Amino acid sequence: MFDRRLVQNFDWILLLLLCIIAALSLVNLYSATHGLDGSGVPRVFIRQLYWYLIGFGVLLMMTLFDYHRLEQLAYPVYFISLALLVLVLMIGAVTSGSQRWLLIGGVSFQPSEPAKLAVIAALAKYFSEHGEHRESYRLRELWKPFLLIAVPCALILEEPDLGTALLLVIVSFSMVLFAGIRWQSVALLVAGVMSAVPFVWSTLKSYQKTRILSFLRPDMDPLGAGYHINQSKIAIGSGQLWGKGYMEGTQTRLHFLPEQHTDFAFSVLAEEWGFAGSVFLLAAYLLLVIWGINIARNSRDRFGTFMAVGIVAVVFWELFINVGMVTGLLPVVGIPLVLFSYGGSSVVTTLAGIGILMSVSMRRFMFQ
Amino acid sequence: MSDLFHVRLRHVTWVVFLAFALLAFRLWFLQIVHGPEYRVKSENNRIHLRDIPPFRGMIFDRNGYLLVDNRPSYNLSLIPEDIRDPEPLLEQLQKLAGIDPEAVRSKINIASGGRSFRPVLIEHDLSRETLAAVETNRFNLPGVVIQVSPQRHYIRGKLASHVIGYLGEISESQLKSGHYPGSRLGSLVGKSGVEARWQGYLHGTRGGEQVEVDAAGRRLKVLSQKQSVSGMNLSLTLDMDLQVLAEKELEDKKGAIIAIDPGNGEILAMASAPAFDPNVFIRGIDSNTWQEMVSGGDHILQNRAVSGLYPPGSIFKIAVALAGLEEGIINPSEEVFCGGRYKLGSHTFRCWRRQGHGNMDFHRAMRESCDVYFYRLGRRLGVDSIARYSKMLGLGNKSGLDLGGERPGLVPTREWKLKRFGVAWQPGETISTSIGQSFVQVTPIQAARMIAAVFNGGVLHQPKVVRWAGKGERTEYRSEPTVVSRLDVTPENLLRLQRSLIAVVNEPRGTGRRAQVTGVTVAGKTGTAQVIGLDAEKASRKEGDVPERFRDHAWFVAVAPAENPSVAIAVLIENAGHGGGREAAPIAGELIRAYLGKEKNDIFTDTDTVP
Repeated sequence: MFDRRLVQNFDWILLLLLCIIAALSLVNLYSATHGLDGSGVPRVFIRQLYWYLIGFGVLLMMTLFDYHRLEQLAYPVYFISLALLVLVLMIGAVTSGSQRWLLIGGVSFQPSEPAKLAVIAALAKYFSEHGEHRESYRLRELWKPFLLIAVPCALILEEPDLGTALLLVIVSFSMVLFAGIRWQSVALLVAGVMSAVPFVWSTLKSYQKTRILSFLRPDMDPLGAGYHINQSKIAIGSGQLWGKGYMEGTQTRLHFLPEQHTDFAFSVLAEEWGFAGSVFLLAAYLLLVIWGINIARNSRDRFGTFMAVGIVAVVFWELFINVGMVTGLLPVVGIPLVLFSYGGSSVVTTLAGIGILMSVSMRRFMFQ
Repeated sequence: MSDLFHVRLRHVTWVVFLAFALLAFRLWFLQIVHGPEYRVKSENNRIHLRDIPPFRGMIFDRNGYLLVDNRPSYNLSLIPEDIRDPEPLLEQLQKLAGIDPEAVRSKINIASGGRSFRPVLIEHDLSRETLAAVETNRFNLPGVVIQVSPQRHYIRGKLASHVIGYLGEISESQLKSGHYPGSRLGSLVGKSGVEARWQGYLHGTRGGEQVEVDAAGRRLKVLSQKQSVSGMNLSLTLDMDLQVLAEKELEDKKGAIIAIDPGNGEILAMASAPAFDPNVFIRGIDSNTWQEMVSGGDHILQNRAVSGLYPPGSIFKIAVALAGLEEGIINPSEEVFCGGRYKLGSHTFRCWRRQGHGNMDFHRAMRESCDVYFYRLGRRLGVDSIARYSKMLGLGNKSGLDLGGERPGLVPTREWKLKRFGVAWQPGETISTSIGQSFVQVTPIQAARMIAAVFNGGVLHQPKVVRWAGKGERTEYRSEPTVVSRLDVTPENLLRLQRSLIAVVNEPRGTGRRAQVTGVTVAGKTGTAQVIGLDAEKASRKEGDVPERFRDHAWFVAVAPAENPSVAIAVLIENAGHGGGREAAPIAGELIRAYLGKEKNDIFTDTDTVP
């Protein structure tokens, strides 16, 4: 298992990019949370530091772990993940109306985060086993992948966590598109979803309807989502070219900006470091994504490619949706900025995913 | 890896680049293109401007007695964020302060919206009892704060209210006029009296504060501050002792009393009844009360001393007499027979003394106010000649007092009548004019100024109510005696007129004997002004039958001491029912007795010191 070539082939560039993003995240988090609980180093900052350490540990483990073993374990992992999602609906802690957290041994985590990886692994396994030489799939061949996606999605929606469910759908669908699907099938699929909307709508509870409505029309609720996005735009815009200076962001410091350490962490960076700082961070993410695509390209086998594509899709979409949201391009959905926002489950899961990416990267010259 | 995947990954790469380019473009749009606007918005978020209204200047009487100052008003506000349990709190507030829970709910609903640390004003100017009740229960009332703001306080209530005036919210036209620098919508400005006319001195300069606030509206630190500058203090010419007495004399009556210093025109007392309490305008006033004050029959807000127009009645004989003496029409030793009536054409004019006065020379005619003597004199003078001397004495013109709301009154001439009515002047009108009836209308301040001019050597001063304006060591304004005009008459005639006016009070059969003061020579003239025509009066001769509003007004004008006058007084009692000799003269006597008695004892009368 500890092949010398593994060390030689270790993806230092990927690690460097991760370190840059992690460092920026911590520096930014310190500014966003200092003074929240009196003087001294903020508790949230310390916790995130620990989460990063744990995350990098998991990343290392995943790197050393041969991803081909994951191919064999994909379905068991998927079912364990489903079980956790069921468990959270039964015994999960309820916070502000939704049931997303499992408390295990004093540590709380969101099963919906690892569920993303489990779904990616299951889809990768399915696509690597079926249709080796096929250019594209027909709709009737795709019922199994759709089922793989639909079940966890339904469970996550039940929590409810619209953002994560939506993300799961987008990531999975990206993988399906990559696997190849005929355009007629896509059209049929879209038509099917559209026709199902009225039926699904009638089964929703009223608070769910309100949620979806305010998701589609944030301006309907100016003091809620509208207020948030407005303050976020003011924070970002007022940063101008060079920003207001570290820990000098007035929107942040005076709490005009909501959810500063989670969903709106990027706005804090943009206010304090300006256009220069935000573009620097975006560039780091761009390199990470391009590097991930490169790893997918260089993978020796289909499973590795699909895994890499799935993990890159998670990073890319989370980033795009979050930055799009805080800059007012997209409606407000509760999706944090991947690797940047505060959140243990997300950081550890994402780093685990990137560990798998590294594993694929390092084994590109090896034969099975 | 298959070529198919290579192609698809190339497409994916393009999509990724495009997406990042879109995000970067969006950031450039927000941060570079619209950055300056958003910077301003973030500053507006952060910085809250707070007004610091200036303290309005205080007002003192001539001896330094404080009349108007600013007292703290305790206002109850709620900080929505600090309210723990609304229902018991509202219940408590109703119990302790009588505050309607519904009113609170609607105010909090309107005010809430993000900035919940900003206090919402619930009740203005709590009473002492309520304040005490709320303060002792503060531990029980989370979210309640008591804030203090300065409030205009008229210490003596109704006293001198027409001179001092009152405050009200600035009107839109006043705001646009540009005469009220530093005022804004909702500012309180003077609406009448000294408060209005001296607004520029009293108001001061508004200050301001830039405070950094957080998203909840909590004040974090003061970024910059400009202190307000309090307004100038004013010292009035009024003598409060005399003012108090004058207002006491007018109690339950309608009318005006004015006392001026004949030496310089300073107003020592100016009372108008009924009076109002300026404090009610500060506390807030309901529209019914306001309507009653503004347009009610009693004209409470009107300062009768300067804007009440009354026929002068017999006090007008001073002007007619001066005209007669100067024009050489009066031969002082010539006697005229008064049989109680005077016939002109088919019309008979009566003397007030129905049985007649018998033979009258000038001195006795003045002393006993013989109407027939003056009918004849007026007939020979003609209305225009009477008008010339009346105007010389300041009648029918604004006196130029440094207070608003003055009205000119009217002294008729032939030309005026023709212009006004298109009808020629009638000889009969001259007859009524010579005893101060027909069209003649004067204000009490004109009457006082007239008698002052007769006894101070013929000088008409501009009357003043403000002696100085200033603050601390600095005096911004100090009033100087201003001579408006001098009587163009011979000293002998003036002396003769003076002697006749002394006789009115001091000789037997004088009409103004009730104004006598022991030890002081008072001079004066009575007047009884008819409100309705003589014919109508004749129809119901008995006073009791005449409705109050048709009863005669009683006048008395006086100066004392006649040799070297230090006070000139005009008293007017509306619808008194009896003549000036009975209703007004005793009041003038009282005032003179009090004022001259005090002057003798008080050597510090003229001090400028303010406690």
